[in-house]
Amino acid sequence: MRSHRWFTPWMLVAPALIWLLGFSVWPSINTLRLSFTDAKPLGGGADFVGLRNYTDLLHDSQVRDALLNSVVYLAICLPLLTALPLLIAVLVEKPIKGIAFFRTAFYTPVIASAVVVGLLWTWLLDDRGFINNVAQRLHVIQGPLPFLTDRWLVIISAVSLTVWKGLGYYMIVYLAALGNVGKDLHEAAMMDGAGPVRRFWSVTVPAVRGTIFLVAILVCVAALRVFSELYILTGGKGGPGGQDSSLVMLIQQYARGFYGDLGYASALSVLLFVVTLIPMLILARLNARGNR
Amino acid sequence: MSRGERTLRYVLLVVVLLITVGPFLWQLSTSLKGAGEDIYTSTPNLLPQQPTVHNYSRVADAIPVFRYIGNSLLVAALTVGGNLVFSTLAGFAIARLRFRGRGAVLALFLATLVLPGEVTIISQFVTIRDLGLADSLVGVALPSMIAALNVLLLYNAFRALPVDIDQAAVVDGANVWQRLTRVSLPAVRGTLAVVAIFSFIAAWDDFLWPLIVLTSPEKFTLTVGLQYLSGTFTQDQRVVAAGTMIAFLPIAVLFSLLQRYFFKGVEEGGVKG
Repeated sequence: MRSHRWFTPWMLVAPALIWLLGFSVWPSINTLRLSFTDAKPLGGGADFVGLRNYTDLLHDSQVRDALLNSVVYLAICLPLLTALPLLIAVLVEKPIKGIAFFRTAFYTPVIASAVVVGLLWTWLLDDRGFINNVAQRLHVIQGPLPFLTDRWLVIISAVSLTVWKGLGYYMIVYLAALGNVGKDLHEAAMMDGAGPVRRFWSVTVPAVRGTIFLVAILVCVAALRVFSELYILTGGKGGPGGQDSSLVMLIQQYARGFYGDLGYASALSVLLFVVTLIPMLILARLNARGNR
Repeated sequence: MSRGERTLRYVLLVVVLLITVGPFLWQLSTSLKGAGEDIYTSTPNLLPQQPTVHNYSRVADAIPVFRYIGNSLLVAALTVGGNLVFSTLAGFAIARLRFRGRGAVLALFLATLVLPGEVTIISQFVTIRDLGLADSLVGVALPSMIAALNVLLLYNAFRALPVDIDQAAVVDGANVWQRLTRVSLPAVRGTLAVVAIFSFIAAWDDFLWPLIVLTSPEKFTLTVGLQYLSGTFTQDQRVVAAGTMIAFLPIAVLFSLLQRYFFKGVEEGGVKG
């Protein structure tokens, strides 16, 4: 049934389509093109330089540090952010009194800006901040721990911030999935005398398996894209000697910092894309194998 | 549910509540502490001993905070408006109208979801620069005025409506515009609310993109300005805390007012992966 002229749908789609082509499709192609040039932030330059940006990448110790940081970051974030939000989702799933309040409250860190959260945690983790004060008071530690200035403690701090801010988001993803788990399965398991822990493992987890994979993919990609947390926690400096930078921090520095090299920043972007593809492919493969 | 299980549930809920909301309360408390009060004491005190709102006016002394709020609001308004209007039009056309190339258009929107925004941020900057919009608030807003995800959310919402209501409207002589505004739009209000809330939060909270586009301090959005507040302009943690609360409280209030629609939208499958 067609009751409209042929161009009517195109007129409705046109603005979104033009935006998509201009701000998503074209930039992807242009990133690749720019990565072979020496483009400058203020315009000009943009001469073809072949593979020079890429060979420079290979010998850049900052890039190596950033990749190492990503691996460590991912290795800690992945199990925590895949498991903890599922437990919280199970906790807030039952419609008991006041549950709407708890769900909303648990979601608060998600809606807060990464800058707000970063400044807040800087204050908590400061040498004279809340966490160091309380830990010393309880005699857990002798002197303050350098959460914001030590090469590896900075990474741990950023991870805890990311996990804390991500709990509510993935809780919601799991909550939507839990809504589709049949009640009868739980009831049948209860009849067989299965306790809550047993039911969690043999009913809930298998039922939301697909969602667990989805969350794992989202966590990996998010961890590789980390920027604001590390930027704010280290005051924009990327930790001691810049060793705590992430790939996106390097991209930002080359785009607007004193390095001012858009060609190199574009090569870094291509590297970021390749790196984010790896976990996606691995998990897609695992998922496909599990379904067989 | 047994009494024991209920108690255990509430205990765990309160523990998670303290972990998620506690830091915000600590920050709020710091922002209300007077200059004479030791905020570095080894016995942290949640309730300010000398409560004052003076720190909030000191934020305005350190940075032009009202200007930054205005800048952020302008960017957020453009983003929310753009997403509501254009995502609705596109989502409606793809879901409810038959036309050649429809499948390809849908596939294109889906495909761009895989791409992390940070990957294309450099060439987006080049585009904005070449349009002469570098260091402008319109330049900050423009790339996010339509998000592929929102087009797909609205596509899903429109597609879920029964085909019969369209057919009835066509029989009654309704044109495409009337079918959209009178028949379909009222039925997807929940999804529109979700799109509006999320576009606003994303625009208000964004940091990396305005940091790349903007160079003049008077054009900063609130997040970029805040980052300058800490370190550059003040060493006083009370003032920094007040600054973060200025950025956080409006959005917390907005969200708590609209959370019913949000969680309903999630239940309707709007945000389902």
